[in-house]
Amino acid sequence: MTAVAAPIRAKRVLPGFTLSLGTTLLYLTVIILIPVLALILKGAEIGPARFWAIVSAPRAVAAFQITLTAAAIATAFNAVYGLLMAWVLVRYDFPGKRLLDALMDIPFALPTAVAGLSLTALFSANGWIGAWLEPQGISVVYTIWGIALAMAFTSVPFVVRTVQPVLEDLDPALDQAARTLGASEVTIFTRVVFPQILPAWLAGCTIAFARSLGEFGAIVFIAGNLPFKTEIAALLAFIRLEEFDYNGAAAIALVLLFFALVLLVVSNRLQAWAARHRGA
Amino acid sequence: MTIAISSLTKSFGPTAVLRGIDLSINDGELVALLGPSGSGKTTLLKIIAGLDWPDAGGLVVNGQNWLDLPAQKRRIGFVFQHYALFPHMTVRDNIAFGLSVRPRAERPGKSVIAAKVTELLALLQIPHLADRYPTQLSGGQRQRVALGRALAIEPAVLLLDEPFGALDAAIRRDLRRWLREVHQQTGSTTLFVTHDQEEAFELADRVVVMGEGRIEQIGSADQIHDRPASPFVARFMGAVVELPVTLRAGRAEAAGLDARALERRAMADGPAQLFLRPDAIALEADPASPWVLAHKSSNGAMIRASMRRADGTEVPVDLLRHSAPDLTLGTAYRLRPLTGAVFALDGIAQSDAPRPLPILKEKRQ
Repeated sequence: MTAVAAPIRAKRVLPGFTLSLGTTLLYLTVIILIPVLALILKGAEIGPARFWAIVSAPRAVAAFQITLTAAAIATAFNAVYGLLMAWVLVRYDFPGKRLLDALMDIPFALPTAVAGLSLTALFSANGWIGAWLEPQGISVVYTIWGIALAMAFTSVPFVVRTVQPVLEDLDPALDQAARTLGASEVTIFTRVVFPQILPAWLAGCTIAFARSLGEFGAIVFIAGNLPFKTEIAALLAFIRLEEFDYNGAAAIALVLLFFALVLLVVSNRLQAWAARHRGA
Repeated sequence: MTIAISSLTKSFGPTAVLRGIDLSINDGELVALLGPSGSGKTTLLKIIAGLDWPDAGGLVVNGQNWLDLPAQKRRIGFVFQHYALFPHMTVRDNIAFGLSVRPRAERPGKSVIAAKVTELLALLQIPHLADRYPTQLSGGQRQRVALGRALAIEPAVLLLDEPFGALDAAIRRDLRRWLREVHQQTGSTTLFVTHDQEEAFELADRVVVMGEGRIEQIGSADQIHDRPASPFVARFMGAVVELPVTLRAGRAEAAGLDARALERRAMADGPAQLFLRPDAIALEADPASPWVLAHKSSNGAMIRASMRRADGTEVPVDLLRHSAPDLTLGTAYRLRPLTGAVFALDGIAQSDAPRPLPILKEKRQ
């Protein structure tokens, strides 16, 4: 008989795994998983045929189209402007920089309905900016541009705040190295700086887009909410709820959720591709 | 390329970093800027590179005023201490960068660039790493890539900032020898910054010792060792023993000191300070000497003896073990310096006294 030594169980180096993971999972379940599950069950209750009938109704399709188009416009705008803003805040020193930096968080802090009201007041035909735009034949309020404007307002900090820290952490020696190698400032940005903030920038744009898809408070005031013209999907779901058509609301919400999921997956793949050099 | 630097000054706010630098470097020369941290050597290098600008002074390279040129136009190769490789590019793309960013009219064709990169990879002895990303390389490999990237543009001047500072001793020695070879092959004027005397003396044709924003001395290893131009250089070169002496007819005198091996100095009689390296002192038994052997230890090759005087002053002495006399603790010995430097007391400002370099090399992060 040979004695078999009891196998040695490796101890975890960092304690508290069970407790911390357990707490996190519980929290996730209560806050996210159960509501989403309820939404899916509610939507599935009605069967595929009715589900399809609800989401392919002309008014719903129009709402989805408007939401996606406006979110795309807002995100395209924020992608450029947010990147520029992050660049300015990181790379230059100027008086009032800290104030500007703090202002960037206002869309986070301001109730979105308040934002919608003030944007409407500004851009309506007799508002400060609208009074100047309207004679030129540009109307913002009660059009898709108004929706995009409200979406852009509420989602721009997502781009700025994701790009900013990455840009701050970039080694200044990289810029200097490129400069000594003869690269122009534009080339340095396109070939050295941008590829490195690309993953963060893509992530920021994705969150901004997802946020825009779900934006409600700021939009309802400025959009006018005309079915087929300026009615967004989130509002349509809200209207269905008010009509006690819970299944209809859930179906529309599920489609929005689906768009967001597809977007997140695509964005994750893009980020992994952009960060491919980091894997050692 | 000849470099002529004249009365260059630079301050960061109230702090003067360069206080008037004059230096000329000949075509094809390999020069080291040696000094402790804070001596302004890196700032000087960055000004030559065009990554920093002086407050006043001149920088003329081959008759051209470089202070009018941005870094992009100077055609320099700059090697950073922490490599600064582009993390999102492969080794091949990193090396090709300088060629591929040229304006379309001057840019060599794709195949020419590829051939150039392949040639450099061979010179760098890293052809097998061509398709790796910088994160997949060791420190020594990264430094080779950084050098290859700088060499690809066939720089007029090659500048290296503490090129081996972040590497371990064995790789450092290897790369040093290799850099010397690369310099011989390319023949480009090369200037490198280091705080490591051994590195400076082993590599460079000429060493420029800098302290507190000034050039303290320019010379070869032997010149700087044997005839330090200032107390600063003496201390920096490891002369940690400082003894007050009296000068008489150009010779240092003090109780228990036999300075006959030192040549006479053309200096006025009076009090002075003698600077000695622990390894340039011999011991001779002398009952009249105030120096008593207080402690001794051996590392196999060297014996470190500690000589103490009644007032508590201690002098470390390093002797080769095989040629050292038998030393007995508690016995009085006379100090007989083999080389040393004497400076008049009024020339020694205690305020700008640098800490002497530790004997053990500090390990840089």
